Amino acid sequence: MPAAAEANEAQKRLQYDSGNSTATPQFESWGRYPTYAANVVPMHWQSDFPAVTQNLHNGVLPVGLGRSYGDVCLLKGGNLLATPAMNRILSFDPETGLLTAEAGISLAQILDFTVPRGFFLPVTPGTKYVTLGGAIANDIHGKNHHVAGTFGCHVTRFELVRSDGTVLHCSPTENEDFYSMTIGGLGLTGFIRWASLRLKPIVSRMIDYEGIQFHGIDEFLALTEASKEIEYTVSWVDCASTGKNFCRGVFMQGDHSSKRAPLKPSPEPKLVFPFDAPGFALNHLSVSAFNTVFFHKQMKKRVVTLQDYEPFFYPLDKVLHWNRMYGKRGLLQFQYAIPWDNAREGTVAILKEVAKSGLASFLAVLKAFGDVPSPGVMSFPKPGITLALDFPIKPDKSFPLFERLADMTLEFGGRLYPAKDAAMTAAQFQAFYPEWQKLARLRDPLITSSFWERVTGDQPSI
Amino acid sequence: MATTGNTAVQRKILVLGATSGIAEATCRIWATQGASLFLVARNADKLAAVSADLRARGAAFVDTAVADLDDTDSHPALLAHAVNSLGGLDVAYLAHGILGDQTRAEQEFNTAAHILHTNFMAPVSLVTWLANYFVQRRAGVIAVLSSVAGDRGRKSNYVYGSSKAGLSAFLDGLRNRIDREGVTVLTIKPGPTKTAMTSAMKGSEKFADVNAVAKAIVTAIDKRVDTLYVPFQWQPIMFVIRHIPERVFKKLNL
Repeated sequence: MPAAAEANEAQKRLQYDSGNSTATPQFESWGRYPTYAANVVPMHWQSDFPAVTQNLHNGVLPVGLGRSYGDVCLLKGGNLLATPAMNRILSFDPETGLLTAEAGISLAQILDFTVPRGFFLPVTPGTKYVTLGGAIANDIHGKNHHVAGTFGCHVTRFELVRSDGTVLHCSPTENEDFYSMTIGGLGLTGFIRWASLRLKPIVSRMIDYEGIQFHGIDEFLALTEASKEIEYTVSWVDCASTGKNFCRGVFMQGDHSSKRAPLKPSPEPKLVFPFDAPGFALNHLSVSAFNTVFFHKQMKKRVVTLQDYEPFFYPLDKVLHWNRMYGKRGLLQFQYAIPWDNAREGTVAILKEVAKSGLASFLAVLKAFGDVPSPGVMSFPKPGITLALDFPIKPDKSFPLFERLADMTLEFGGRLYPAKDAAMTAAQFQAFYPEWQKLARLRDPLITSSFWERVTGDQPSI
Repeated sequence: MATTGNTAVQRKILVLGATSGIAEATCRIWATQGASLFLVARNADKLAAVSADLRARGAAFVDTAVADLDDTDSHPALLAHAVNSLGGLDVAYLAHGILGDQTRAEQEFNTAAHILHTNFMAPVSLVTWLANYFVQRRAGVIAVLSSVAGDRGRKSNYVYGSSKAGLSAFLDGLRNRIDREGVTVLTIKPGPTKTAMTSAMKGSEKFADVNAVAKAIVTAIDKRVDTLYVPFQWQPIMFVIRHIPERVFKKLNL
């Protein structure tokens, strides 16, 4: 089809969309806070961008599966270009494990394809329901950050299209500025059509797993030091307890099993969290109870077992829409990275502040980041400690606590993770990411997000 | 599943309208089973993306042709080329079609005629050639995407609906003629399905999942079914809709 017919077809789609803007589904981020009305435009083909933008008013933002927590995947009053139908695999080399796919493919779809062929994701977050494009835009990290770096470290090349139609092939040696600003660039530099990702070979679905109880930050640091050679490490930490149970937790580590075993594809998830839980379901008492049960579920000081990769990497994916547990008001995430110099002191101080606040954090994850540099200039991780917390939203209490925690993070030389943020101030963001003005310069003039407007005061230029 | 996999290994499949949402989802299943595919579509870039994906997913062989299927004169050469390229043919799957603009078609005959041509005349031309090919060999499956919209004309989409009604009637008659010659004619009637074609429609987020629809189509072809309503709930729904008395039906807003 010639370009004119292409644009015409895309426009036809849009006329319907704008005519029925109330009928388009509400696109929510995973934290379900904030929520904004926006026009959702499904993208099906690589050529849809920039064709669909010709008839659009207001700005656009490419989005994936909405697994980031706050507003990096939202655009109030704008147009969300939803990419998940762009999920074709364009090439795969079984010798080198190099996969090229359209940006809307999910990590779950990649695994379904590659695991039976003996390959695994080089880096994976705690959910497989994120897209390739989203993984690049947020330069996500996983349990192997200390040895493998971020997701962007394994993205060898991608095609970025600007709203004026310019096509840029980006890699460490081509259009380097766009390569390094798009990895971790929050989707703002253009529309990623496809990307190439270097996968790693596996011979089994299984993980050699070890879980070890720890009491206090020093035991955690000792376990971190002792597990440097182990590929995956992460800890769950109890941040509801004080006194002798302060900073108790379970240190979880694992390596891909080297014993050959059948590489079957994963079954479809069956459980769906069926409704929005009432607001009182998560309170200090229920969360403390959960934390105590989680700690003692592992009765022994040390557990060694062989575990399938699904429960090891994606325990929460078993229940689709688990975020409904937090009810309609949603949840707030808070994740910092504090460099080694202040990591111990900062973590203790922040955990104390959280415990003192009495605001319950249901899931708290503690991990040491390594020093593998990311190609992404705006990438979040830095060598040190990262802690991720989530809280149900209590308007009068949560936000003041968040502002305190963000200021403490800044004092300790750390930074917060945009993909998990809905509350940091513009001043805090600009201090965390002094390179933000470079992203502002390379941002596509048509693309923006509610997060970006919030932390820079920018308005969409259309 | 194992038996489906085995039957598909040697299977040679021609797909017309291969970049349509339902066709692409169906082809992914066939590719995973190791089938050989010949894909026809209008847009070269889209066809390239779809065929690359199917190759990667395990299709034994993928060849393509860019063609505007509205051009019925080109059909014999195109089909002969496809059969040649595949080295034979087991299944022909017709999935091309347009929704069209009902409101405009109510005003302008040419818009209506275009919908009828693409959705009815073109498939009739293709199926005529394919039926003769398969009857000669006394084997083969012709699977055609029609629609539940063809079961009864409704004011919201009767031009599209009548093109599909004509197609369904044509296929019924063809089946009556060639089923006894060893050729299966499958009429597929999908309810509203989540694809690029319907993504602009009101309530499309509640439409059927395209992968589930594709799975049912693959199974129906393997089992040599005559008519497939998919999802299956559409069979009783359309039964009721067909039996509403006209004096009531004409007053409904459907």
